[in-house]
Amino acid sequence: MNAPDRNPRRAFIAAAGAGVAGLGFTAIAPGLHLMAVASEANAAARPAGTAASPAVRWGLLIDATKCAPGCTKCIDACHTENGVNEKLPDARQASQWIRKIELVDRRNGKKTELPMMCQHCAKPPCVDVCPTGASMKRADGIVLVDRHTCIGCRYCMMACPYKARSLVHVPLTEQNPEVPRGQGCVESCTLCVHRVDKGQIPACVESCPEGAMIFGDLNDPSSAIAKRIASVPTTQVRSDLRLNQAVRYQGI
Amino acid sequence: MKLLRLVATLLFAAVAVLPAPTFAGGGGRTPKPVVSIENPGKCVAPAEEMRRNHMEMLKHQRDRTLRQGIRGEPASLNACIECHASKRTGSVLGGKDNFCESCHSYVAVKLDCFECHQPKAKFKAAGLKP
Repeated sequence: MNAPDRNPRRAFIAAAGAGVAGLGFTAIAPGLHLMAVASEANAAARPAGTAASPAVRWGLLIDATKCAPGCTKCIDACHTENGVNEKLPDARQASQWIRKIELVDRRNGKKTELPMMCQHCAKPPCVDVCPTGASMKRADGIVLVDRHTCIGCRYCMMACPYKARSLVHVPLTEQNPEVPRGQGCVESCTLCVHRVDKGQIPACVESCPEGAMIFGDLNDPSSAIAKRIASVPTTQVRSDLRLNQAVRYQGI
Repeated sequence: MKLLRLVATLLFAAVAVLPAPTFAGGGGRTPKPVVSIENPGKCVAPAEEMRRNHMEMLKHQRDRTLRQGIRGEPASLNACIECHASKRTGSVLGGKDNFCESCHSYVAVKLDCFECHQPKAKFKAAGLKP
């Protein structure tokens, strides 16, 4: 305990605790913010050599009422983490790892912004249609593309109701070592699977300055995300499709 | 005269026979691979086994890691690169001195891993602003 604490997250939690004891913490909604901090690490990193467990289902809860207009921090963090940096000749070829969309209520002009990405469905249409078995769902609910078998047919892109997948159109040389990606394969949000397996949270969740995103295990009733879903109204986008998405939204 | 002819024949025979092995075996056309191991002594298996089976090890590991989520296996492409990337260029590709490319170009086996995987050790990509 005498060694200086080098983990900035712990220092932040300590500072937040000090803020509660002292003054100035009332500026942010206390209960909700603390829950967001508590979810900064998922359960401990899975030990080396063990497979993803079907008892876990990773999910995201996005509070659209907190999502700040014009803020792109989650997109920037995603692109840095996953090495999405290619310059494309045509904007229609842009990657769809994560994007922000704006909802406008035409009757009163009320605008809502929210980040949209792969919704990690329990019954993913992209997996149903894949002719090679490259599109797959891991035991813990994360939907991925196995680029070793993807032939780039883009059938999954057509099947996805959320326009969450994209094809890499140009040769790449600047991938991150933990996030391989290349020309001719379809890709989408991986829920930062390489970070989740290390016990970290996805880059977008970590970067959100508003604390609008919570990551956690939907199957664990004691997790922050499960508690919030049990206590406030949240929705799945296009819930009529009955795909049981792992990404849920609050306030839309 | 007979002796001269014999010597000439012998010389001709020697000239006719010698060039082929000299040309092919001397490394003129196909340079031998330069296998420089930058961090020796830490490999997951003996060199003989790695030479013969590295592709099988990587193939099975990649499926377990991606499809089942098993991390931290001894065989891993990133672990290969960490040890075998050239100290000069930081990469396993790029020239005849670079570990992967050196052998693969010698045996003329196409190397597809790096169409997607990063060949440089400790590479950190930058993101693009939307």
